[in-house]
Amino acid sequence: MKIVLTLLASVFLLAGCERPPMDSVQHGYRGTGMVQVYNPRILEDQAAKNEVPMALPQAGNEGPKASKLYKNVKVLGDLSGGQFTRLMVSMSNWIAPEQSCTYCHNPANFADDSLYTKVVARRMLQMTRQINSEWQAHVADTGVTCYTCHRGQPVPAQVWFTKPDQPYGSNFMGDKAGQNTPDPVVNLSSLPNDPFTPFLLGDLNIRVNGPTPLPSGNRQSIKQAEWTYGLMTHMSNALGVNCTYCHNTRSFQTWEGGPPQRVKAWHGIRMARALNNDYMKSLTDVFPDHRKGELGDVAKINCGTCHQGAYKPLYGVSMLGDFPELKGEPAAKPAQVAKK
Amino acid sequence: MTMDYQNLFTTVQATGPVHHGVELGHGNSPRTGEPLINYWLGKIGNAQLGPIYLGGLGLASLICGLFATTIIGMNMLASVDYNPVQFIRQLFWLSLEPPPPSYGLSIPPLNQGGWWILTGFFLTSSLFLWWARTYRRARELGMGTHVAWAFAAAIWLFLVLGLFRPILMGSWGEAVPYGIFPHLDWTAAFSLRYGNLFYNPFHALSIAFLYGSALLFAMHGATILAVTRYGGEREIEQITDRGTASERAALFWRWTMGFNATMESIHRWAWWFAVLCPLTGGIGILLTGTVVDNWYLWAIKHGVAPPYPQVFTPVVDPALLQGVKP
Repeated sequence: MKIVLTLLASVFLLAGCERPPMDSVQHGYRGTGMVQVYNPRILEDQAAKNEVPMALPQAGNEGPKASKLYKNVKVLGDLSGGQFTRLMVSMSNWIAPEQSCTYCHNPANFADDSLYTKVVARRMLQMTRQINSEWQAHVADTGVTCYTCHRGQPVPAQVWFTKPDQPYGSNFMGDKAGQNTPDPVVNLSSLPNDPFTPFLLGDLNIRVNGPTPLPSGNRQSIKQAEWTYGLMTHMSNALGVNCTYCHNTRSFQTWEGGPPQRVKAWHGIRMARALNNDYMKSLTDVFPDHRKGELGDVAKINCGTCHQGAYKPLYGVSMLGDFPELKGEPAAKPAQVAKK
Repeated sequence: MTMDYQNLFTTVQATGPVHHGVELGHGNSPRTGEPLINYWLGKIGNAQLGPIYLGGLGLASLICGLFATTIIGMNMLASVDYNPVQFIRQLFWLSLEPPPPSYGLSIPPLNQGGWWILTGFFLTSSLFLWWARTYRRARELGMGTHVAWAFAAAIWLFLVLGLFRPILMGSWGEAVPYGIFPHLDWTAAFSLRYGNLFYNPFHALSIAFLYGSALLFAMHGATILAVTRYGGEREIEQITDRGTASERAALFWRWTMGFNATMESIHRWAWWFAVLCPLTGGIGILLTGTVVDNWYLWAIKHGVAPPYPQVFTPVVDPALLQGVKP
């Protein structure tokens, strides 16, 4: 009886855990704890979700251009009619397979901009073209397409909205200080659960460590460290990796001797921030209220929007090669000087 | 026979007339409650329950503690919109947070950490009153004050975390939140902010004393249980009147590790290990941010952290490179 009770209690206590065995992959110098831990059962599910859809057969570039064939074509006008139609059909497969063309187009007049979805789609095409031409520091030649985020859904599975300051309580008591809620954004920890507004929309300082052994004026607080920790927990979750995928176990701050993946991630943070400010925010008035957050803000991008649990979206399979028109012309403007 | 000592529960319960305790001196309030015998309590300890001595210090301490826990609890309840179900479900996540760092050491509005300061006042008062009570009760019983001083070591760590260090850093925001998971996340964030606490030598000492305490506890408990059949549980008598139990236990350790503690010294070892855990830990916390800002860089500078071979393609902080997108 006692043994049965003990066994039952252990099963109950372990019910929230993932069952062993796990795969651990060494990722740095031996004995330094630089390992990635994977659950092969979760990876199996993941792999199925990251299959790349078949690309439609290429169309020739002969014949009149789309800008001549159709009215109100503001991007991709230099494609041939066949190429343009192929991309439109692909987009409908990627984004609105159920609703198809009429999700964005007025069936009576395809050139009409009356549906908000069409205006959004055009802006998103411009965004995709800019990512592929100017954010190669993050997306490399693999690039992105609409499918990277949408995966057959009109709204990507992972987007974010700014959270209200104090959802409950009063002015008098009960302030959660933006944390202390079991929120999936921070992997159900009690860390600050909207790390996106300060870091992926604003550009508050993410780095909290000081540059010297002894105090030399670094006034970053432990609370600020918790916000950074929240963002990093999101990144780890969004990519399905451990902290040590990018960071040195001995010092999360130091770049020296650390994994090169961290450089990609650094550019990724800047990319998400730029896209939110340059593209998503500009669509605030275009979206209807039911697509907006509690505070009336537009849906925005974080690491999970593209990665969706994979260290590289779609495990690094490039769809861009089949859709070269999704890569825009690199901007001619001079490179900007880096800042933190 | 050999199974008798291999579980947590007392197998022998000696019952006799209940003990009311020694005569108390002038100024002590009478004890509360008639002692009773409980069989199930006897399974895990002494079967006698009571009498209890509360007194002025104990009562004041409980009232202060009640204020502190009520403030924490009401803030937690308000933060889930006074929903009792959510209060239970989210209890481990809920917290009363210290003020934002922007308030420095000033008194913030109640909902911006003011409640946290009030809680700190009441909780500290409660701990000090309870400490005085443990000291006074020990003295009234004619005992030494070892328990009170061990408790003081824990209070030292509590004060370093919530009072001394925040004052030295000039911000209440540096202090620990009152919550289960939130204080654990605070601990991790503390280490992240100050460049990996594992390179803090006082943190290392504190861990050594923590694990050492557990080891000593296990060794001592095991030794005494093992020689109880020879009267080894009469440890105190055996300090001065060493019997075969003490001899056998000592010989066992000399055989297995070449050296043995004595019936007296093992308790001093245990007391000091336990007390040094929060004492050294408190020193380590107090130095962090005030004297050392980045323990990893400190360890590199002083040759504590070893160099490792480069295994990745060397990378440079992109924030330092000219020409990258900001």
